[in-house]
Amino acid sequence: MTQSTPSGDNELLGSAVAMRKISRLERFLGPEGYRILQGLFKTPASIAGFSLILLFILVALAAPVLAPPVTPNDPYKIPRDGFKAQPREAGSEWNKNVPDIPFWYKAVTGNDKWVHLFGTAQGQYDIYYGVVWGARTAFNTGLIVVLSTLFIGVVVGSVSAYYGGFVDNVIMRIVDVLMILPGLMATLILAAVLTPVIGRSLLPVMISLIAFGWMGYARIIRGDILSVKERDYVMAARVIGVKDSRILFRHILPNAIFSTMVLASLDIGTVTLSFAALSFLGIGVEVGYADWGQVLAFARNWISSLNTYWYIIVFPGITLVLFVMGWNLLGDALRDVLDPRMRGKM
Amino acid sequence: MLTYIVRRLLLVPFLLFGVTILIFGMLQFLDPVERASLYVRGDPKANQIEAAITKYCLDCPIHVQYFNWMIGRVDPITNEREGGILFGNFGWSKTGSQPVAQLIARRFPNTLDLTIWAVAPVILVGIWMGVQAAVHHNGWIDQAARVFSIVGTSFPSFVFGLLMLMLFYANLQWFPPGRLTDEFSQVVNSDQFLHYTSLLTFDALLNGRFDIFVDALRHMFLPILTLSYINWATFLRVTRGSMLETLRQEYVTTARAKGLSEHDVIYKHAQPNAMLPLVTLAGFTVVGLMGGVIITETVFDYPGIGSAAAAASAQLDVITVLGFALFNGLLLIVANLVVDILYAVVDPRVRLS
Repeated sequence: MTQSTPSGDNELLGSAVAMRKISRLERFLGPEGYRILQGLFKTPASIAGFSLILLFILVALAAPVLAPPVTPNDPYKIPRDGFKAQPREAGSEWNKNVPDIPFWYKAVTGNDKWVHLFGTAQGQYDIYYGVVWGARTAFNTGLIVVLSTLFIGVVVGSVSAYYGGFVDNVIMRIVDVLMILPGLMATLILAAVLTPVIGRSLLPVMISLIAFGWMGYARIIRGDILSVKERDYVMAARVIGVKDSRILFRHILPNAIFSTMVLASLDIGTVTLSFAALSFLGIGVEVGYADWGQVLAFARNWISSLNTYWYIIVFPGITLVLFVMGWNLLGDALRDVLDPRMRGKM
Repeated sequence: MLTYIVRRLLLVPFLLFGVTILIFGMLQFLDPVERASLYVRGDPKANQIEAAITKYCLDCPIHVQYFNWMIGRVDPITNEREGGILFGNFGWSKTGSQPVAQLIARRFPNTLDLTIWAVAPVILVGIWMGVQAAVHHNGWIDQAARVFSIVGTSFPSFVFGLLMLMLFYANLQWFPPGRLTDEFSQVVNSDQFLHYTSLLTFDALLNGRFDIFVDALRHMFLPILTLSYINWATFLRVTRGSMLETLRQEYVTTARAKGLSEHDVIYKHAQPNAMLPLVTLAGFTVVGLMGGVIITETVFDYPGIGSAAAAASAQLDVITVLGFALFNGLLLIVANLVVDILYAVVDPRVRLS
């Protein structure tokens, strides 16, 4: 029977140690989880990061309200106002393919008709629409790629670490080979190979990002598990005859991968960046797909007159920067909190 | 140290084998007709395709094909070797209308030229900033460096590059994209201009054409600025961390205690030791630049191997892209070996073990 306070005269103890009220949230999350949550709201930088990501989540969720799709079956297709090559500036009138007017539109812009809020790119693609729906693309691709790479990384890394010896050696040499080529180059070539096979869509680039993205996680998790593997409770479990798989999944993994998983979730920013970069190079989705890199790529034909057509790069560019910066700010804060040397400090 | 180097060398054949398997594996996504470009020069005509498949054994078992791909095949009539990556034959580039190896040979000097001029601003300035941040730990320089490194890691190179083009090219007309102004590229392509090194800036100097030299640098300014900017954040972070670590060491305290000036303590005692991790980072950065910086070269329309790979990939010219990847892989394996050995030579702890 554990007692929260020792019996006897508690007066001295009470005056030396101030009692701290433990809130329901802290009880629910446990000391470690609570400390991480606290760390996220400690510095202005981390609060800024958190707010930025929250803002993007809202934009992504509210995309159909912010920019009603013209083709509801395929909302990721940026609507085109005609086919003229010349980009048109922000605020110019929207004539063809006009979306419905949402309730907030008149109150915010004071306009009765849709205008191109951020202008149009070449081929009259509406930039505002691309920016809004691009947020959904960013979360979709980011989440799927990060979760898949993390899953593969955890499985491969834990198998490699747990069995060790020959298995470990083979897996780690494969990892070595896959890591020779720089990430972008490797993704680029695999996407180029896959696109003719499965067609232009999100898939080729996503598959390539996954195929060349898991090795880093596998290495980190392997290292973490190797250190946890030596702990006494693992030995104890082995002595009483627990199955290998159960030891791995119930005793070792939860203790080894927590911080890696938290940090990995922040790689959504990096993944979005790679995805946008490949889109910018013209690899992956078809022209006119609502993706920030795609919209930025429209600027490539107008380099010499960017002083007139600044809006093609400024709006999607700033959006992409803010998105990635949000994840980076959050990541910096989390890295500080999860640093083992900081553990136990409030 | 000898055992370290030998062990490192033994890894090389294995990595080479791995990379060729990787590239060869990706080639298997192509149908045999497309793979004929690995051996046939020029675009195969419709009636030659069947013949090419039989001739080059493109539907044979995998290991036979791998062997053919490695060493090629000698034509019994003309006695010429067709294909064979070991002999530098990477196939025929459809988009470039020339052998892939020739395309690489034409593009690589440009990338090398850019690398040479980018090394000093990218690495030395980055290290200098990191040292300043560490010396003024928690001061305003350090805070500014922190902000810079967050912004630096968040700003994608293509957005930064486009903004620079908007400012310095579209608005101010100072630094154009591309490689050379038209009138100068005519001179360079003429017979009077001798290509001693095939690196444009050095050739311009050797030919005594200072105007071409300046024009080439003018075109490289924005790519170098972009490369510096994306690499500074990393160099800043690593240098700052390593320098802070070193400044906490006891021999630094000793140096201070015996009354050395702060300048000597920092630049003579601390900095040389803090530079060890940067040897590797700097090495890998140079190697990365040499392998072709895909995005930066593409944004600025710089004719290096990075932009060539990106262009081929966007046009789904797989043979060309894989040729570039193979070249890049071989380059990286060799260069990483050099960096690792260099590190062993520089670090006394490894050297004397």
